[in-house]
Amino acid sequence: MTATRPLRAPVASYDTTRALELATARRWLTAAVVTILCLWVLVPIWLVLVNALSTPAEVSGWPKSFLPSFATDSLAFFIGFRGVADALLNSVTVAAITMVLSIAIGAPAGYALARFDFAGKNAFRILVLMTRAFPLPLLALPLAVAYIQVGLDDTILGLAFVHTMLAMPFAVLITASLFMGVPVELEEAAWTLGCTRLQAFVKVVLPLVSPGIAASAVFAFVVSWNEVFAAAVLTIENRTLTAFLLQSLNVSPLHLKFAGAAVLVLPALLFLFAVRKYLFAMWGIANR
Amino acid sequence: MRRHTTTTSALALLAFAATSGPAPASAQELLFWSTQARPVEEAQGMREEVLSGFEGGSVDYQPQDAGPFITRLRAETEADQGTIAVVGALHGELTAFAEAFMDLSAVDVSAASPALVELGRLGTDEQRYVPWMQATYLMAANRAALEHLPEGADVNALTWDELIAWGRNMADATGSPKIGLPAGPQGLRHRVVQGYLYPSFTDSMVTRFRSDDAVAMWETVRELWEVTHPRSTSYNFMQEPLLADEVWVAIDHTARLADAFNQRPDDFIAFPAPAGPTGRGFMPVVAGIAVPETAPDPEASLALLRYMLEPETQIATLRATNFFPVVDVELPDDMPPSVRAAGAAIALQSGAPDANPGLLPVGLGDLGGQFNQVYVDTFERIVLAGQPIEQVLDDGAAELRRIVTEAGAPCWAPDAPSEGPCPVE
Amino acid sequence: MPSRALPYLLLAPAALFLAAFFVYPAVQVALIAFTRGDEPTLANFARMAGHWKFDAALWNTILLAAVVVPLQLALALFMGQIVTRMGRGRDLVLYVFTIPLGISDLAAGIIWLAILEQNGFLNSFLYHLGLLESPVARLSYQNTLGLFVAVALAEIWRATAIMLVILVAGMGLIPKEYDEAAQVFGASPWQRFVKVTLPLLRPSLQTALILRTILAFEVFAVVAALAGTSMPMLMGETYAWEFQLQDRGVAASYALVILGISIASTLVFLWWLRSPKEARA
Repeated sequence: MTATRPLRAPVASYDTTRALELATARRWLTAAVVTILCLWVLVPIWLVLVNALSTPAEVSGWPKSFLPSFATDSLAFFIGFRGVADALLNSVTVAAITMVLSIAIGAPAGYALARFDFAGKNAFRILVLMTRAFPLPLLALPLAVAYIQVGLDDTILGLAFVHTMLAMPFAVLITASLFMGVPVELEEAAWTLGCTRLQAFVKVVLPLVSPGIAASAVFAFVVSWNEVFAAAVLTIENRTLTAFLLQSLNVSPLHLKFAGAAVLVLPALLFLFAVRKYLFAMWGIANR
Repeated sequence: MRRHTTTTSALALLAFAATSGPAPASAQELLFWSTQARPVEEAQGMREEVLSGFEGGSVDYQPQDAGPFITRLRAETEADQGTIAVVGALHGELTAFAEAFMDLSAVDVSAASPALVELGRLGTDEQRYVPWMQATYLMAANRAALEHLPEGADVNALTWDELIAWGRNMADATGSPKIGLPAGPQGLRHRVVQGYLYPSFTDSMVTRFRSDDAVAMWETVRELWEVTHPRSTSYNFMQEPLLADEVWVAIDHTARLADAFNQRPDDFIAFPAPAGPTGRGFMPVVAGIAVPETAPDPEASLALLRYMLEPETQIATLRATNFFPVVDVELPDDMPPSVRAAGAAIALQSGAPDANPGLLPVGLGDLGGQFNQVYVDTFERIVLAGQPIEQVLDDGAAELRRIVTEAGAPCWAPDAPSEGPCPVE
Repeated sequence: MPSRALPYLLLAPAALFLAAFFVYPAVQVALIAFTRGDEPTLANFARMAGHWKFDAALWNTILLAAVVVPLQLALALFMGQIVTRMGRGRDLVLYVFTIPLGISDLAAGIIWLAILEQNGFLNSFLYHLGLLESPVARLSYQNTLGLFVAVALAEIWRATAIMLVILVAGMGLIPKEYDEAAQVFGASPWQRFVKVTLPLLRPSLQTALILRTILAFEVFAVVAALAGTSMPMLMGETYAWEFQLQDRGVAASYALVILGISIASTLVFLWWLRSPKEARA
């Protein structure tokens, strides 16, 4: 089955044997729970990979095997697809721009929401959220018309703008809750020590929240990576990988469906793996 | 600035995006915007086998879901400026855009079937689209199903009642229903109701929508549903449940059954749709190609249209998509199994003594989708939700009358021609 | 201290950006909902509400969110607590927990269909265990509860990670001293969780709940894959009216309904989990 191993949780050691026994029992319990939760996440992904690495007959056959036969035809079909490399590059570029833009624009707004009381605050908060509450396929038409008229049509940047709009709630609200978690007293202390507001922010607040900011940037990346509708409408020559593959996936034969899903899922997994340190580096601060 | 490095890299990325942005439009890149041949292998076939031979420039074949397809086409029409060179879609998807397409009278369509050319006028005086390719709905069955055929039934001349009996035999023998219908969100269930059930039971599609015959028909459909696989509400393409042995007998259009025949040619057979009291109803699936008014280079687009109608291109299209030619061609012998199986069954279906062909709705404009929805709603309400048949048919008839009157569409086969909007009794 | 203008200056880029890329198109769509042939009218809303699927779509959407979101919250808090108490291997476990973040809803639909379909992995698994002789259909339209459970499972699998990340980030900001103090006073782990962690986690809880609920109202691809047409949802109906029925007025009305319930749920969470301390400058 999957490659997860039970992971041991360390516990503080006590002197008495009884406490030690209790601790051991708890350690095993934790390990068991963690294993179950990991399996819950990993098994479905494992099954996609099994299907992606099976022959068409095996994919629709019965009963299914839980081990792949390592047939690579279906995967090879996608990897050999003309334009996959370009589409991958486009996807990464759009997602990277989205990541940078959403933080550059969203984090200041998040700070404002966290630290100030001002008229229109809740209105702004709701406005930001509404970008996710409005069906994108309906927004796509007026956007596409405007893009064609303005010349943003079929550009990487134009698509990144739309994705930034979609990632904005994550950027603004997550950074806002991070800033809220930093006690105002810390900043105030810095001011009394002669720091300007900006200096205090850079020296005191930023180090505390930067891992969290990285996390919300990761969200932006993922939002952009998985978005398909706007990408399909607003780009023609500069297709993203998702628009390139995914939109035709649901009508493709079963074995190609899974191979395509695997091709889409794998880069996202690798990306998350690469940035996992940033996603959760905030562990250090809790121990300050 | 506090996030100095971030800002710098942002600028660098933006600069990169700007340079890599709108690719310098190569003069001869023609965008073929389509809803057909969406499965990745078919799209690949269109690009490599069909369009690579076009000498008037390179063609960018982009198959799309209905959503992005419609949105982009509308956006270009509204902005009065566009990149799409050629549009390819089903008849029903093109009707809403009649105004957006150039008149194609300049394209020689004399080799194409006159009935299909007429459809392409969309009820106007101008040629809004030219026929591109066609298919029809057929039945497909796993050979394992044949031993359960009811006594005396001929699979090539089946009736709806025999189909139900067959389904019951299979369900009894295997413990689960083995008939499948394409009643999923993207399944073509409306065409099954419009073009197969209604003509077979009422000799009509619109006029006798809520007749006594229609009531009897829906009762039969309920019986059929009892022996139909309950996953049918999720089936979009019947080839998948057939290949999975989840169902043994199914109806769908040829291109959506093809994979079954091609993957396991020895296990599946194709045969005509069943017949009812008023004949063997069937309906074509017609795809057309059109050129938007906003096409960047209309001459090149027209050249591509002419190329698509050439016999060799039509045969290559058949290989790639399992849609049949719209012009007279001699098919070579080495066609894929799906084409051979379907070809024989189509000949039986259209040549059957009780054949009762229907036409696709014309002149409905952008109400075509709502017209289809009446049949889908009626099906879902009567069969899935179990609502009273008369009540549902009354509602549907009122809706049909509103749509047909609003569009001013006269009757089409199998309904008798009408003066003015097609009446709903 | 720089004046009252500062918050507005900080907000300005985001506000301008949203005005251009969201408000402008959204207003255009909203206008379509209130017009038919250039006449102002409520006919689109009447049409939408009169359609036989509207009630089902509305209630399915709300019910799914009401079931899925609390379960996800509980699961995310549980996972978060487990990880905070771990030492070695914590990074790896956290990484595993967040994997579904990278998976689009369409891909998630494909994955869960592979598990739950008649010839799928679940039935195969039972067969290998000897608990099942031949494949059984699990996702049939008659089995409304089964479909609902399937969709809920897939949604919980796919979208719990987003809450987890927000909550874990928030947990990381809670100073350890509070927890240690509670421990000194002999509070049990559960007491510490309820009395210390949860109240301090309020801002993150609020964010996680608001975002997740709004996203839950937009569920579409997973339902389409698993339940087909048997489980109408607001988002699916919006698509159907926009693209199959090509009635943009009704589609826009649906969009406004989704917007409406999203705003309502947001207001509820804003009020319920308001932080007394947040308004400090």
